[in-house]
Amino acid sequence: MKSLIREHGARALRLIFLLVLLAAPLAAPSAWADLPQQTPSTFAPASTPAFSIFGLSVFALAITGGIFVVVGGLLAYAVVRFRERANDDTSEPPQIYGSLQVELAWTVIPILIVVVLFLTTARIIFAIQDAPQPKDALDVTVIGHQFWWEFRYPKLGIVTANELHVPVSTPQTPQPTFLHLLSADVDHSFWVPQLAGKTDLIPNHPNETWIEPTHTGLYYGQCAQFCGVQHANMLLRVYVETPAQFAAWVKSQQQPAVEDPQVAAGREVFETHACANCHAVQGTGAVGTFGPDLTHLASRDTIAAGAANNTPQELFNWIKDPDSIKPGCLMPSMQLSENDIHELVAYLETLH
Amino acid sequence: MADQSIPIGGSLDVTPQVRERLPLLDRLHEWVVTVDHKRLGILYVLYALFFMAVAGAEALSMRVQLAVPNNHFLQPELYDQFFTMHGTTMVFLVGMPILFGIANYLVPLMIGARDMAFPRLNAFSFWLTAFGGILLYWSYIGGFGLYGMGNAPDVGWFAYAPLTTKPFSIGSSIDYWALALIVSGFGTLGTAINIVATTLSMRCKGMTLLRMPLFVWLMLVVSALTLITITPLTAAQVMLLLDRNLGAHFFDAQAGGSALLWIHFFWIFGHPEVYVLVLPVFGIASEIIPVFSRKAIFGYPAMVAASVGIAFVSLGVWAHHMFTVGMTSVGNTFFVLSTMLVGIPTGIKIFNWVATIWGGKVRFQTPMLFCVAFLFQFLIAGLTGIMLSVAPWDWQLHNSYFVIAHFHYVLVGAIVFNIFAAVYYWFPKVTGRMLSETLGKWHFWLFLIGFHLTFDTMHFVGLLGMPRSIYTYQADRGWGHLNFIITVGAFIQGIAVLIFFWNVIVSLRKGKEAGNDPWDAWTLEWATPSPPPAYNFASDPVVHSRRPLWDIKHPDDPDWKYES
Repeated sequence: MKSLIREHGARALRLIFLLVLLAAPLAAPSAWADLPQQTPSTFAPASTPAFSIFGLSVFALAITGGIFVVVGGLLAYAVVRFRERANDDTSEPPQIYGSLQVELAWTVIPILIVVVLFLTTARIIFAIQDAPQPKDALDVTVIGHQFWWEFRYPKLGIVTANELHVPVSTPQTPQPTFLHLLSADVDHSFWVPQLAGKTDLIPNHPNETWIEPTHTGLYYGQCAQFCGVQHANMLLRVYVETPAQFAAWVKSQQQPAVEDPQVAAGREVFETHACANCHAVQGTGAVGTFGPDLTHLASRDTIAAGAANNTPQELFNWIKDPDSIKPGCLMPSMQLSENDIHELVAYLETLH
Repeated sequence: MADQSIPIGGSLDVTPQVRERLPLLDRLHEWVVTVDHKRLGILYVLYALFFMAVAGAEALSMRVQLAVPNNHFLQPELYDQFFTMHGTTMVFLVGMPILFGIANYLVPLMIGARDMAFPRLNAFSFWLTAFGGILLYWSYIGGFGLYGMGNAPDVGWFAYAPLTTKPFSIGSSIDYWALALIVSGFGTLGTAINIVATTLSMRCKGMTLLRMPLFVWLMLVVSALTLITITPLTAAQVMLLLDRNLGAHFFDAQAGGSALLWIHFFWIFGHPEVYVLVLPVFGIASEIIPVFSRKAIFGYPAMVAASVGIAFVSLGVWAHHMFTVGMTSVGNTFFVLSTMLVGIPTGIKIFNWVATIWGGKVRFQTPMLFCVAFLFQFLIAGLTGIMLSVAPWDWQLHNSYFVIAHFHYVLVGAIVFNIFAAVYYWFPKVTGRMLSETLGKWHFWLFLIGFHLTFDTMHFVGLLGMPRSIYTYQADRGWGHLNFIITVGAFIQGIAVLIFFWNVIVSLRKGKEAGNDPWDAWTLEWATPSPPPAYNFASDPVVHSRRPLWDIKHPDDPDWKYES
């Protein structure tokens, strides 16, 4: 009796284990179901190259899924069907050493699958990578820094940081954006999953990629190549706007910095401290290039490469002690008095 | 159970080893100066298990940090050190030593040899490897950097230049890292030379190359591959040290060097390295699955050919780690094809294992449980590998948690599972005692559940755009729940490993006596006493087939009648 209970107990335990095991892969998709808008899912493409990749990934998933069902099924069947049973005699099963025909069959079938998958993949590689740049495409130079993004629009004369603005592309007026990728220091990688696959920014090795967003909206990404201590907070936003919105943004960004006599004290703090060594504000003496251009800082939604929102309070905290928001980042605390920082924040808040 | 005195050509000494018990210090001295392949094998395994515990603790700390968004459990510097050290340790101080240790123990026994070809080189190699490990971890103490910059290496186990050059990595932690890998690399080279020489020249009478157990075949292939693949790593480390300390500019882009060069060097080493780790466990599976299915391995020649094929192809696929660095479309296409080709010999292996089980009488003792899980998990790992070889999709998946999931499916789901299988299978031979089956089953099921919670989920979080190597993430990205599941799974695996350690400790003292041949197996090591005496065999065994013990147990139906 006791052994019977033990046996049932063992069986029940095994069943529980198996159920938990089956639940494991199900837990993940159920958490997937209620994702917030900000999730940069590779399965929610919104740009031409991302669509091609998504289509290809569904194709590859179907093939590999098919293989999994067939081979995994055979394996499961073999393990269950050919297990040793309690009432088996002790004799050994018939010994089979192999079969040339069978080996040939299961060599040829994978070869055929590889051929199909390879040709499909090659087609998409060439379609994305060798797409010619249309004359009216928008050009943006992306420069990776520890730990922020510099965006330059050479034809428009705009320099900004961390928040890329591009126009939407419609079937009537296709408007791709071509990104020229450079690095100022170490390797980085530009990745906005919904717009395109990632491409690395490698010093002394210029790269190129392109996006063609088909839906307006805000798309999230971040650096995808470990670049140092604050790699995790090298965040990236792409604002896809209607042509009118984009034109308005371009116009405002092309203006020199706003001059507001009410915040002259803050401007003085900025220009007389080391801020100006690293940051530029167009139209003033501040021409540093080591940190982000602040000419239109107040027009941005975030600071510190997306690590904090662009509010007076967070800006104050950031200037007071950058390490409190991004420990290990390269902006030092300037040891300013609280009053100076308040003046400085007031000045920066005017830079629309 | 099998006969206690199986004669192999009437030449085996099966009298158990009777030795007087020496004082502790003398026994320690014996272990330190030993050149016995079995003792060195055990030292390797113990060394690796120690570092497995260390690197496992590093992984668990990282998982606590990532369990919820914006967590403050680990400083970013410490997190970066932990993922660097976790990767470096698991590959160089756990994976390779434990597999070379198992090979050290088994290869001479399996081919009927009395020791390795070069016993002194063998000891030298082990101590070099051990010193390399100490050097790496000494960086926590000696690798001082600037205040707050940390002192252990913190650049990722791939250590992409120019992040590793002096301007971006101050202090000497990177020098420790490079030196440690050079030193342990020389140890690995010594072992590889030793295994090649042993398998080629020390086989007993009758053991032709095509009668070697598959584990020995795989170790021969792996050792040859090691000789090719460690070299570029060592070269790259030397260049890095020159850059850092003698003012060279190999990887210094600002002085005309090439950051890309490091990436090439690293993956020319790094990709075959994956096969250096995974091929031995193919050998382990190819020993265990037949014994527990009670059938000969299906398609032995195809298995050998596939192994050699995988090794060759693995040398030409390294740039599939580099689809995002901006190669030409033709370059990308080439590496797509070469990578997909790996799937063919790998598929052949999986099919042959399934065919071995097919028609057998499968016994689900702990070693076999781990091997069956390996088959399923390796199938999935192979298929996600195919997905990653689709270059445009890799542009999305590269450096995301999908990749982390994929290679942990290989490194844990295939390699660690098979290493556990190997420990349960050969522990009786090494110690003379069985590991507890009850604890073994607890270990297996908990580890299986933890593994799937952790690494299945990582695929999804990667598809949702979470990159690797980040110490924290924003709450609004929707990765929080999934990361929590991953962390829970990691701790379940941790508990399972503790049960394993407990099992080893308890069974060493109180385990059931194993006898020579507890699994009713077929290869030569099971013809020796447990543990085998010094020099293994009193005189050279003679074999007539791939399964010498089968021939003796079934004189009416011996293998040599059928093998071609």
